[in-house]
Amino acid sequence: MSNSPTAVVSGSEQDLWNGGVSPLNASYGKLMMWFFLLSDAFTFSGLLVTYGLVRSAHKAYAGAVDAFSFSHAYWPIPEKVFDSVPFLHGVTLPLVFVGIMTFVLIMSSVTMVLAVEAGHRMDRQAVEKWMLWTILGGITFLSCQAWEWMHFITGTDNGTVIKEIVGGEWITKTIYGANLHENQYGPPDFADFFFFITGFHGFHVFSGVLLNFLIYYRTVTGRYERRGHYEMVEKVGLYWHFVDLVWVFVFTFFYLV
Amino acid sequence: MEHSHEPQVTVLPPNKEKIKKLWTVAGILGVLTIIEFIIAFSVPHGSFKTFVFVVMTIMKAGYIVGEFMHLKYEVKVLFWSILIPMIFVVWMLVAFVYEGMKISDVHF
Repeated sequence: MSNSPTAVVSGSEQDLWNGGVSPLNASYGKLMMWFFLLSDAFTFSGLLVTYGLVRSAHKAYAGAVDAFSFSHAYWPIPEKVFDSVPFLHGVTLPLVFVGIMTFVLIMSSVTMVLAVEAGHRMDRQAVEKWMLWTILGGITFLSCQAWEWMHFITGTDNGTVIKEIVGGEWITKTIYGANLHENQYGPPDFADFFFFITGFHGFHVFSGVLLNFLIYYRTVTGRYERRGHYEMVEKVGLYWHFVDLVWVFVFTFFYLV
Repeated sequence: MEHSHEPQVTVLPPNKEKIKKLWTVAGILGVLTIIEFIIAFSVPHGSFKTFVFVVMTIMKAGYIVGEFMHLKYEVKVLFWSILIPMIFVVWMLVAFVYEGMKISDVHF
């Protein structure tokens, strides 16, 4: 093309930044997914760091773990708040249920990465199989979280007796469970952060399940086979692993520390 | 009628080595989580416990991002352009938690 003065000489340094080669050796879609995840990481960091600020501004519980009781005076210790498992009412099993949830999410991350591996080999049946397991893991996690929320909102059998000022007078009352302005487990801020952080994460899991289903559907209908590659599985896989990654942090800072 | 419009696809056999490695990483993540559980019930609450948990969480995050998300094997420019902005998060965390402790000092 003699009328094009900026004609690209193939193989030269020039076409590196002119669309000839991807400078980061990743496709546009994958790169944008990475940058989206980076921005999403900032959002979650914002939530978790604010949680850290508010938590460290409250008094920590200093007594023995066995003598712990719920109070607005200090931040609760997590193993006393999250100690229930479905169908085992009255049995104290600290952190067991959230451990199961963590296990489910890690496993679904493994099945996702196996789906990506199958996609590299153009193995449609294996992609279908592993995507189904991943979707199942996601739905299981969401169901567990729904139960966890329900339990957190409903509260314990006996509730917690609190004193508060209503209309200028101190009154004593028993409250059960938590919502955005009352919390039997500790300071109201604790419940607010619980709802916002696990809720925002749960919303990500929910979106991930929808995306996973979309990918599964398109695999089954053969769209990626016709396209010649399964890169969409990789991109949605990145998102799904990110959801798992966030849970690792939520698990540590909400349930363990 | 044959599906003449369907492309011919060559399915490669499973990459056993790679799959084995992925399960190894999954195993490491599982073991780290179990150790976290043991620590949660055997070490008293305090800054040492928090420190151990933070280190273990970063280890888990490293395995997830490096192996599952494949970032370890991407081009170095991509690797660092994802990792370096995280400095802001570290800064924010240190600044805000320090601020929170000062607020606590004023209140109690």
